[in-house]
Amino acid sequence: MEFSPERLSKAKEIIARYPEGRQKSAVIPLLHLAQEENNGWLNVEWMDYVAGLLQLRNIEVYEVATFYSMFNLKPVGRYVFEVCQTGPCMLNGSDNIIAYIKKRLSIGVGETTPDGLFTLKTVECLGACGYAPMMQLGKHFREHLTPERVDAIIEECRKNAGVLN
Amino acid sequence: MGRKLLLDKAHIEGIRYYDTYRQHGGYAAAEKALKLAPGDVVEEVKKSGLRGRGGAGFPTGMKWSFLAKPEGVPRYLVCNADESEPGTFKDRYLMEFIPHLLIEGLLISSYALGSNRTYIYIRGEYAWIPDILEQAIGEARQHGWLGKNIQGTGFDLEIYVHRGAGAYICGEETALIESLEGKRGNPRIKPPFPAVKGVWDCPTVVNNVETLAAVVPIINIGGEEYAKIGTGKSAGTKLISACGNINKPGVYEIEMNLTVEEFIFSDEYCGGIAGGKKLKACIPGGSSVPILPANLLLKTAKGEPRLMTYESLGDGGFVTGSAMGSGGFIVFDEDQCVVRHTLTLARFYHHESCGQCSPCREGTGWMEKVLHNIEYGKGKMSDIDLLWDIQQKIDGRTICPLGDAAAWPVAAAIRHFRDEFEWHILHPEEAQQ
Ligand SMILES: NC(=O)C1=CN([C@@H]2O[C@H](COP(=O)(O)OP(=O)(O)OC[C@H]3O[C@@H](n4cnc5c(N)ncnc54)[C@H](O)[C@@H]3O)[C@@H](O)[C@H]2O)C=CC1
Ligand SMILES: Cc1cc2nc3c(=O)[nH]c(=O)nc-3n(C[C@H](O)[C@H](O)[C@H](O)COP(=O)(O)O)c2cc1C
Ligand code: SF4
Ligand code: FES
Repeated sequence: MEFSPERLSKAKEIIARYPEGRQKSAVIPLLHLAQEENNGWLNVEWMDYVAGLLQLRNIEVYEVATFYSMFNLKPVGRYVFEVCQTGPCMLNGSDNIIAYIKKRLSIGVGETTPDGLFTLKTVECLGACGYAPMMQLGKHFREHLTPERVDAIIEECRKNAGVLN
Repeated sequence: MGRKLLLDKAHIEGIRYYDTYRQHGGYAAAEKALKLAPGDVVEEVKKSGLRGRGGAGFPTGMKWSFLAKPEGVPRYLVCNADESEPGTFKDRYLMEFIPHLLIEGLLISSYALGSNRTYIYIRGEYAWIPDILEQAIGEARQHGWLGKNIQGTGFDLEIYVHRGAGAYICGEETALIESLEGKRGNPRIKPPFPAVKGVWDCPTVVNNVETLAAVVPIINIGGEEYAKIGTGKSAGTKLISACGNINKPGVYEIEMNLTVEEFIFSDEYCGGIAGGKKLKACIPGGSSVPILPANLLLKTAKGEPRLMTYESLGDGGFVTGSAMGSGGFIVFDEDQCVVRHTLTLARFYHHESCGQCSPCREGTGWMEKVLHNIEYGKGKMSDIDLLWDIQQKIDGRTICPLGDAAAWPVAAAIRHFRDEFEWHILHPEEAQQ
């Protein structure tokens, strides 16, 4: 396994942002790239690959990958619904949204639908408290969630994945 | 209408791009600052009375003058864009809509401090914002505001965006530095402060996004003029991110002399409580600061109107007051349950504890469990005293203030809303619903 040529050149550009001998600083940005390359999660092989690129011991990369909540250490669905459940979102009904998604997708928190399309995660405050309830989907936020909006997002994902039902 | 210095141009179409920003007076402050000696820029910031907008409110000019300057050792400026305090979303607004204001602030501040490599550490979840910032950095470089020998001054500067990966603790400046070095976000013991020993052991200033953006209007209008806005030790304007049960959640810029009552009820700001309900309580400065019931929120214990200032929000200490904190303003209507909200915060802090100190690691988990029992109708009366005891044993006994930040909301909730805890314990069946 290795980065695509575009990601490899991006990785080199990132490493150059830090002073000589401080390439360890690039570990989080490179793990993000690895996770993108590997369908949204990190396995040991990818972590070792990043360690090799940065000339670190493997353990230095594992330490980091296990600390930060955005790194998935097991496979996830193609679309990951990361719904915020912290206080301010709770005041605006995030509990109901989470319950609704569970029912719609017939999965619990931390689970993936059998077709591999959707994973449901709960997360803590994402900095969108004024636009609550909300979730992260890929790179972007989906805000002001209602059951209807959740339905529309599910449809949109199915359509993008080429699944018709 | 209050004076706007940060968001005055936020609604101009295209302000995200260099040409529009420049047409509307952008980079004038940079032009001015680059003609001054670096020390004079620091002086201007000192005069302004600007205090850190990340939450601690430490005087920015003073912090800058504490920066060590050993010969031959690089110095760094790091912009704290980790913004993870529940209720806080103002920095995101600045970066998303007027990125050049931050870039200009970083240029002036880097020049003042002598940083040739400045990093923006941004929380990983704000995944689309680095693209916006990098676009602005590219434009600034194209127009000679970044790179080598900027505007012929001999000053060189590169600004890099560094994405985190999900960890509230990385907003704490020493954890942020560890993370920027490619490690787990474990806070360091202070002192030494970063100003003496920061990233890669070099002298480092860590400042919040809003603090660094505020340097632009300070240079534009002058420190003295800036200091005239607001009251007392609360100089200037402040961004407040308002959320919860209000009619108009969002990011507002206020002059620090407004009353809390006007902020909540006037149409210019929050527009009152949503659904015509009554105001019950409010956490005025992000989840780490104490919750206040409506009466103590609108008036201090002495009966004076409470103002949106550092001093007034803090009036009464943690017994009858709260704090300005990060400016995350969380409003509760009369139907909200304080126990449930406190449980979500306890879970948050338990989840976010880095685990280095046992009072924080164990205490946050324990508080979450006890609160969970109370919320779900399995609590005992003695649990309230137990919670009080646990929070006291965390407060002040940890490496970084995350432990305190976990303890204070629990203490304040019990202090002001003890009857709600008792109600849950006395009515287990109703509590379970
Ligand atoms: N914006 C957000 O998302 C969040 C903000 N916070 C806020 O963070 C605050 C706590 O922050 P801390 O950094 O622990 O506070 P602190 O009081 O230790 O430090 C504040 C700043 O002043 C500097 N400083 C203080 N004394 C100094 C000295 N003698 N020499 C040089 N520099 C000195 C520190 O380096 C730091 O940059 C809380 O009040 C809370 O409101 C907490 C969580 C999240
Ligand atoms: C647990 C914890 C989290 C913090 N998170 C942030 C944050 O997300 N953004 C921020 O600017 N400051 C945060 N701070 C405060 C920083 O440690 C530091 O005081 C601040 O970045 C200094 O900048 P300022 O002087 O401009 O406010 C946090 C502090 C603690 C204890
Ligand atoms: S107080 Fe908590 S978060 Fe801070 S260093 Fe200790 S264990 Fe880590
Ligand atoms: S509480 Fe959900 S985004 Fe802040």
